[in-house]
Amino acid sequence: MTAAPRRVLAWSAPVLLALIALPFVVPPYQTVLLSYGLVLAIAALGFNLLLGYTGLLSFGHSAYFGAGAYAVAFIVKYLGLESMEAFLLGGILASGAVAALFGLLCVRYTKIFFGILTMALSQVLWSLAFKFFWVTGGSDGLRVPTPTLLGGTVRVGSDKFEFLSHRYYFYVLAVFVVCVAVMWIIVHSPFGKALQAIRDNETRAEFVGVQVWHYRWVAFVISGIFTGVAGALWVPLNGLTTPDILHWTFSGKMVFFTVLGGFQTFFGPIVGAIIFNYLETYAVGHTVYWQMVLGIVLVVLVLVLPAGIVGTVRRFGLRPVKVS
Amino acid sequence: MDILQTSQLAKSFGDTHAVDHVDFRVTTGEVLALIGSNGAGKTTLINLISGLIPPDSGRIDFQGNDITRASVHRKIELGIARSFQLVNLFDGLTVQDNVALAIFSREGRTRRLLSLAAADGAVRDEAAVVLKQFGLNGRAEVLAGGLSQGERKLLDVAVAYALRPKLLFLDEPTSGVSTREKAPIMDIISEVVRSGGITAVIVEHDMDVVFRYCPRIVAMHQGTILADGTPDEIRNNEQVTANLLGTQTA
Amino acid sequence: MDTLVVHLLNALLYASVMFLIAGGLSLIYGVMRIVNLAHGNLYAFGAYVSAWAVGRVLGSGTEASPWLYALLPLGAVAAAGLGAVLEPTLLRPLYRRAEEYQLLITFGLLLILEDLMRLIWGPYPLQVSALYEGLGSLTFGESIYPTYNLLVILIGGLAAAGLWAFVYRTQFGVVLRATSQNMRMASALGVNVNRVYVQAFTLGCFMAGLGGAVIVPQQGAVLGMGVDALILAFVVVVIGGLGSLEGALIGALMVGVVREAGITFFPEIELAVLYLMAAVVLLIRPAGILGRA
Repeated sequence: MTAAPRRVLAWSAPVLLALIALPFVVPPYQTVLLSYGLVLAIAALGFNLLLGYTGLLSFGHSAYFGAGAYAVAFIVKYLGLESMEAFLLGGILASGAVAALFGLLCVRYTKIFFGILTMALSQVLWSLAFKFFWVTGGSDGLRVPTPTLLGGTVRVGSDKFEFLSHRYYFYVLAVFVVCVAVMWIIVHSPFGKALQAIRDNETRAEFVGVQVWHYRWVAFVISGIFTGVAGALWVPLNGLTTPDILHWTFSGKMVFFTVLGGFQTFFGPIVGAIIFNYLETYAVGHTVYWQMVLGIVLVVLVLVLPAGIVGTVRRFGLRPVKVS
Repeated sequence: MDILQTSQLAKSFGDTHAVDHVDFRVTTGEVLALIGSNGAGKTTLINLISGLIPPDSGRIDFQGNDITRASVHRKIELGIARSFQLVNLFDGLTVQDNVALAIFSREGRTRRLLSLAAADGAVRDEAAVVLKQFGLNGRAEVLAGGLSQGERKLLDVAVAYALRPKLLFLDEPTSGVSTREKAPIMDIISEVVRSGGITAVIVEHDMDVVFRYCPRIVAMHQGTILADGTPDEIRNNEQVTANLLGTQTA
Repeated sequence: MDTLVVHLLNALLYASVMFLIAGGLSLIYGVMRIVNLAHGNLYAFGAYVSAWAVGRVLGSGTEASPWLYALLPLGAVAAAGLGAVLEPTLLRPLYRRAEEYQLLITFGLLLILEDLMRLIWGPYPLQVSALYEGLGSLTFGESIYPTYNLLVILIGGLAAAGLWAFVYRTQFGVVLRATSQNMRMASALGVNVNRVYVQAFTLGCFMAGLGGAVIVPQQGAVLGMGVDALILAFVVVVIGGLGSLEGALIGALMVGVVREAGITFFPEIELAVLYLMAAVVLLIRPAGILGRA
């Protein structure tokens, strides 16, 4: 193993231990809050496969988060299932299908058109969620009961909050760790190198024999699936799903926290997502003009700190992990 | 026998006949130089053959296959590779990864997403061998964006070479490099080409380089081939000296 | 027959506004090669400023005196002013950087402007329907048609003609076209590229603001109109090609017609028809119909 993975294991082991110990140390509310953060972090991982590693900036990733979430709601509503495994499977299939379709349209284009197309397509989904209100519950959304875990062996019992802050938290944490590991392998695989080559120099990649459109499409689908998994995990926490998560403002949040953490590193988006989760939770009570705050911070980030938090920390020699 | 043959190949941009019904032949195993002043059509010819742009008319045959309208991917599969006049590298990847990528691609392994690239010993070893041949093994872990210009030119060729092509186009491999560095770079390139049995077409402006390394020279002017012969024949060709050599800088 | 004319006029109305917005976007891209994701918000800003200005003067009265109409262009001027400030401060630092940063900063700008409009004018729509009704309507055959709509169509046509004349017949237009075709060459010939850029950007924002200003009597100023307009403007430039004014005109006309047809026959899926059209055009001809590569 090369140095970088060894270094990663070195500091991630204590972090993981801390995360495992968390529910026994902090109030349940904090654990649930962190669950939301981990969910957003999974979405960020997916999003950054496209941005940091393939060079494609999507403004429509809410479509896949929403596809995952609504898939869960439909599974409850139409199939009557309550198993988290069924939810995850449904989320993967739904977000994968949507990403495959949207990807076909989007990956043929340059950065600007790509960005707008992704935004437009996710807005179409959002408007469909309202138009077909008899299926989707319209603006009221659809309620989702607490699922059973591990094939029905773990059930919620009488205390829902206790379930969410312990057993469900560990489930989310486990999925999070799996997602991180899988994405780590993907970006360090030959495929991942091909993506980075496409990001750095599309023409040369073509001339090395990498069929650019095809690889971008595959990256798009994988990215959508990770985000869809996040959506599926999010619904039980939230108790219901509404069209908000399909709206472009939610896509904007994903862009924001990925850039905040630093899109040129592997762990940056994860850190950004978790920090953003706390920012949003604690600051949202202070101002209605939340979008403006995000916008101002984003502008400042671009002008002053384009490497994001983790990227800047790396630059100053603290070096949590090397990229590529 | 011919490895490559174009017949009446043509490409125009508006009113400019960049490549004007050119019949261009390359014999297997030879090393030839393609010379001409700026705008003569050399790079356009290479762009047509390598597949960057489609021709307006004419035909390209490679080892008996009609590749006139073939995709870039197909041409690479068949064994055509190129380097670029303005260095085209993957600046965010290490030197080693740049070369390894070409090998992965050649082996069809870029489809693998669940195995670590670094874990593939065979590819790593082959990349190391290629880097050694190009004198870049000391820079293997450096990001391509951090190399000197001469190193970048070499890496550019190394990446194309790692595709193990049968026919290699090198577009100005020593441009932008100091005079001192040109000979070492060309020495490496010609050694690699020779030992690999690769047919090479080198676009060059530096006539010293051309005369020294290339047994055959094809001179282009305003989209057509002006002359085609050995260095002596070219040196003594009046049309060539009038149109091209007078304007060459050493 | 009459209904056909009405539909045609509606299509032209929509096309006029879309031309103003998309034309501005295309102009900016053509000259500067940047895309401002907040462009739709400048249209919205123009709408809000005009509605607010007229509303202040109108007070609670419902009489639309003629010179109130003269206040409408204020929105365009305000949008232009905003653009003149934004380009040197937020966009110029990023010209040498990767394109992603331009998209990110203009996205940030989009977020800021959305909430800025909410902050200044509140979450409820601003209406100035008095101006819309003030011009009455024309009767022809068995149909009546609001005269104001005809005014908008007229303005759209004048804008197209004026812009064409400006770009192709004036000294500044020559400079603009030269800079858009070859920035370095123009600079080497003594053109102050920075000044051309800010002027082009201002002009593009003016057009967007004008689009908002002229349509606000008909549909009011409402939060979220900016992003909807942005997406639709992109549909127009996808069809007509980014960077081409003629393309923006053709694209706007096509979008106007398709939208009108969509609303009439398939009111439920009108939006989808437009996106479908854009997708089809993109699939066949990626640079749009008249775009530059």
